[in-house]
Amino acid sequence: MKLKEILECVDGKLVWGESHLEDEVKRGFASDLMSDVLTILEDDIILITGLSNNQSIRTAEMSDISNILLVRNKRPSQTMVDMAKDLDISLSYTPYSLFKASGLLYAKGLKPVY
Amino acid sequence: MHEEFTIPSKDFSVAGDASSKIKRILKQLNIPPQRIKQIIVAVFEAEVNVIAHSYGGKILCDIEEQRVLIDVIDTGPGIENLELAMTEGWSTASSEVREMGYGAGMGLPNIRKSCDDLKIYTKKGDHTHISMQFVL
Repeated sequence: MKLKEILECVDGKLVWGESHLEDEVKRGFASDLMSDVLTILEDDIILITGLSNNQSIRTAEMSDISNILLVRNKRPSQTMVDMAKDLDISLSYTPYSLFKASGLLYAKGLKPVY
Repeated sequence: MHEEFTIPSKDFSVAGDASSKIKRILKQLNIPPQRIKQIIVAVFEAEVNVIAHSYGGKILCDIEEQRVLIDVIDTGPGIENLELAMTEGWSTASSEVREMGYGAGMGLPNIRKSCDDLKIYTKKGDHTHISMQFVL
């Protein structure tokens, strides 16, 4: 799925990273636990998380994750946006919960990691 | 190539700064991205451990032609039960650390999985020294 299709599916809004809208995202991983995220070695993943702080961006950086979707309308802070720009990671948010956003995307065919 | 980074205690605003710098160095050396990811996941976990659990410390990074050596040395207080700390899901992290997204009890297990050789010295009341080797 392309990032733009993911955002359509979850009524998501892109905060930063227009150049990523055409990214082909192969799998989704939903977690608020960053050590769980760090176990992933696959590429082309979107991180779906309720953790709206710098650590989610840092973790994405370490795991080579280029796209982050925040749930429950959690708007990223300016510091997060600045970090995301610096690291070229797209940042979006959806009004839906982690469960609903993940469920909708899974039903649309986005594959899980495990 | 030898690099040293000072890691503070409890300051999560800088968590990942050292790992990020090491990642940039490894990228410049044209090491395959998958290998870099494995190395950096271990370094980042160790960096977060120093911030979350210790009185502060440092990361020493030595990059040689065939291997990367990472030494993470803190100033205490040491791990009471290393066997438990190596168990997936076991954690002593504070609620503050958990709010940051850490403390899932996967730090040391992730480190063990990522590196080719791991040596840990620790003693309660003393310090912790984690020595990781990655073959290139």
